[in-house]
Amino acid sequence: MYKVVNKERLHEIIYSMWIEAPEVASSVQPGQFIILMIKEKGERIPLTVADFNREKGLIRIVFQIVGKTSEELSTLEEGDKLFSFIGPLGKETEIRNYGKVITVGGGTGIACIHPITRALKEAGNEVISIIGARNKELIIMEKELKLASSELIVTTDDGSYGRKGFVTQVLKELLDKDKSIKKIWTIGPPIMMKVTCETTKHYPVETIVSLNSIMVDGTGMCGSCRVTIGGEAKFVCTDGPEFDGQLVDWEEFSNRLSRYKGSEKKSWDLYHQHNHTCNCGGRTN
Amino acid sequence: MAEMIPVKERMKREQVSMPEQGPKGRIYNFKEVPLGYTQEQAIYEAQRCLQCKNPKCMKGCPAEINIPKFIEKIVEEDFAGAYLEILKTDDLPAITGRVCPQEEQCQQVCILEKQRKPIAIGRLERFVADWARKNNIHGSLPQISKKEQKVAIVGSGPAGLTCAADLAKLGYEVTIFEALHQPGGVLVYGIPEFRLPKSIVEYEVKEIEKLGVKVITNFVVGATRSVDELTREFDAIFLANGAGAPRFMNIPGENLNDVYSANEFLTRSNLMKAYAFPEYDTPIKIGKRAATIGAGNVAMDSARTALRLGAEKSYIVYRRSRKEVPARAEEVHHAEEEGIIFNFLTLPVKVLGDDKGNVMGMECLKMELGEPDDSGRRRPIPIPGSNFVIEVDMVIDAIGASANPIVARSATGVEINQWGYFIIDDKTKTTTKEGIFAGGDIVRGSATIISAVGDAKVAARAVNEFLSSGKSLRKSK
Repeated sequence: MYKVVNKERLHEIIYSMWIEAPEVASSVQPGQFIILMIKEKGERIPLTVADFNREKGLIRIVFQIVGKTSEELSTLEEGDKLFSFIGPLGKETEIRNYGKVITVGGGTGIACIHPITRALKEAGNEVISIIGARNKELIIMEKELKLASSELIVTTDDGSYGRKGFVTQVLKELLDKDKSIKKIWTIGPPIMMKVTCETTKHYPVETIVSLNSIMVDGTGMCGSCRVTIGGEAKFVCTDGPEFDGQLVDWEEFSNRLSRYKGSEKKSWDLYHQHNHTCNCGGRTN
Repeated sequence: MAEMIPVKERMKREQVSMPEQGPKGRIYNFKEVPLGYTQEQAIYEAQRCLQCKNPKCMKGCPAEINIPKFIEKIVEEDFAGAYLEILKTDDLPAITGRVCPQEEQCQQVCILEKQRKPIAIGRLERFVADWARKNNIHGSLPQISKKEQKVAIVGSGPAGLTCAADLAKLGYEVTIFEALHQPGGVLVYGIPEFRLPKSIVEYEVKEIEKLGVKVITNFVVGATRSVDELTREFDAIFLANGAGAPRFMNIPGENLNDVYSANEFLTRSNLMKAYAFPEYDTPIKIGKRAATIGAGNVAMDSARTALRLGAEKSYIVYRRSRKEVPARAEEVHHAEEEGIIFNFLTLPVKVLGDDKGNVMGMECLKMELGEPDDSGRRRPIPIPGSNFVIEVDMVIDAIGASANPIVARSATGVEINQWGYFIIDDKTKTTTKEGIFAGGDIVRGSATIISAVGDAKVAARAVNEFLSSGKSLRKSK
C-alpha cells in the first residue's frame, strides 16, 4: 500500500506523485486533503488532493520543496512506499451549479484548485480559472486546468508567460466587467489568498479559501490547526479546510504557520549535512 | 514455592513500596518512573493477601480479574499461572497494572484498606505481566471453532482492544479500524513514555493480534469509510473512538503560537516522539517556563513532559484548591517530587503575546472557595481586582476533552446526547441502533482506561448475545 506509482518533476522544486491508496481514492471528494508520513520517524504532513483515479485506486499529490520532509519526499522514486497515508480528510468543496464562477490558483495551489475546478464544470458551471506564478517555469498543470475549466487565464509576475502581473489584477477586471459571477475559490500561498480576499472584498461575491495549517492527526483531535474565523476558533482539519476568506484572521494564520520555523531550519540543515540528494541548489526556506 | 504465612503475620506486614527512578535524574529522561517489583518483593507482597472467602477486590475490578487467585499463584511462585489467570479476563495486564487507578478500584475495597495498607494489586499485576513478557509466556490461542460473523471495532484504544480480544476468544472475526498510523489510541498518543512505555503497548497489541484480531491502521472511520458503509460489511459494530476533541478556555490569546492543547502537546511528544527531535521529524516547543491549565492526570502528564523537554519552570494552574485536584494522588506526588509548581485557586483570563504570536505571559485572577456547586465541590469565585501575570512562554490547555463528531456524523440512526456522546443502554452498551454498540470515552466523556476496559467487556457479551440470537446488521438492511 501507499506505493508511489508515478513521479513527475513539474519544476525544479515542484513534484507530482500518484500514490496507490485505494481506500482513500474510492471516497475522496474535491477539496479534501490527505496526511502522509514518509517513514516511521517522519512527521505527519497534510497535502490537498490534486487529482484522483477511483478505478485505479490512485491519489495524486503535488508538493513544493519547502523543508526537510518535502525534500525527502521528493527523493522517493516510483515503486517506493510511504509509511502512512490517511484520508480523505476535511470537508469537501460545496459543489453545485452556481452559474458562473472563478477559481484562482497560485503556486502549488494550482494543483489543489484543479479537482475543484473540474467538479464545478462537471456540475454545469461556467468556470473561469486564473492561475499564476512568479515565472513561466513555475506554472504547473496548465494542460489539466485548461481541460478542467471553461476558460483559462495564466499570469506571471515577470511576464515570461501569459499575462504579466498578479492573478488579482485579472480577477479584478473580470469582476468589474461581469456582474454575473457567483462565487470564487482561491488556493495558494497565504499572502496570495489574503490579497485575493482584499481584492474581492468590495464585490458582492463570496470568496472561498483553502487553508493548509500545521496539523498532527488531522482528524480533530489535537487542535494544532485552529484558526480564527469570524472571531471564532475553528479547526481547519474538521471544520475546513475551506472557509469564507473574508472571515479569516490572516495575521494569526500566518503566525501559526511559523510556529516551528527554528526547528524546521535545524531539521533542514541536518538533513543537508548528512545527505543532500536533491537538486534544489541548497535552497533554504 | 514460598510459604503461606499466618494471618496474624500477614496483617503485621507493611505494603511493599515499589522502587522508582529518583526525581533528580528522571526529569532529564523519558524512561519509566516506577521500576516494578523484584520477584522477592512481589512474593513478599503477595503473601500479605488474606485470600478472603468473599473477595471484595474482585467486585472493584471492571476487568473482572480473579485477583485472589492470581495473587495465590504468585505466592506459589507460579508466575506463568498467575499471568494466565489474569489473561482470562484482561488482555492488557502490563497496561492496566500501570495506569489503573487501583486506589479507587480494587485496592479501595480491599479489606486491608481499613489499616491503610491494601494489597498492592496493581503492582502485582504489573509484576506478573512484565515477568511473562520477559520469560516469553503467552496466553493460549482460542480453542473454539471460528464463527462466520464479522465484527468491526472503531478505535484501537483500551476499549477497542479489550472488546476485540473478548470477541476473538469467542470465535468471531474481528477487525479494528484505527485512524492513526499506530494502534493503541490514548495509550500511545496520550500517556507519556515515563508512565507507560510504548514497547509494552506494542507488545500487548501484538498478543491480541495473535488471537486473530485484524488491526487496520490509517483508516479513519467517518472519513475513509462511514459507519453506514461498515454496516453493510459487518454483522455488528463497537464504537470506541475515544473522547477526541480538545477543549479550550476560550480566553483572549489562546491561539498564540505557543499555546497547545494537551492533546497536541502529548501527541507530538508521545506518538510522534518529538522529544527525540531531530532524530524524529516532528518538532515541539521547548518552553523555558510552561504553564499547564488544569489538574487532572492529563495535566500532570503535560507538566511533567514539559519539564523533561527542558522547561526550567513548569507550573500547574488550577482554579480550585488542592483538595479538589482530580489527578491520581500518585501522579500529583510524582509531579511535586519533580518540582512542578502548583498554583491553586488561580484562573487564567488572558494569554499575553508579542506581535509575532509568541507567548509572553498569562494573566490570572485569584480565586476563593464559595458554596458547593453541582459537583458537590466548593465553587471557586474570582476575587475582583486580584489580576496578576505569570511569566511564561508556553501554555498547555489540559482542561478536558469533548466529543469528536466525525464518527457520529457518519452513523445514521445512532443518536448522541447534547455533548456529542453516544446514547447507550447501560446494561448492554447498545446505541440507539441495534447491532451498534459503544463504550469508553466516547460514551463517558473523559474517564479512565479501566472504565473503558469495563465497558468493552460488557459490550463484548452483548455483541455475542446479539449475534448468537441470529441477528446481524447486514440482515437488518
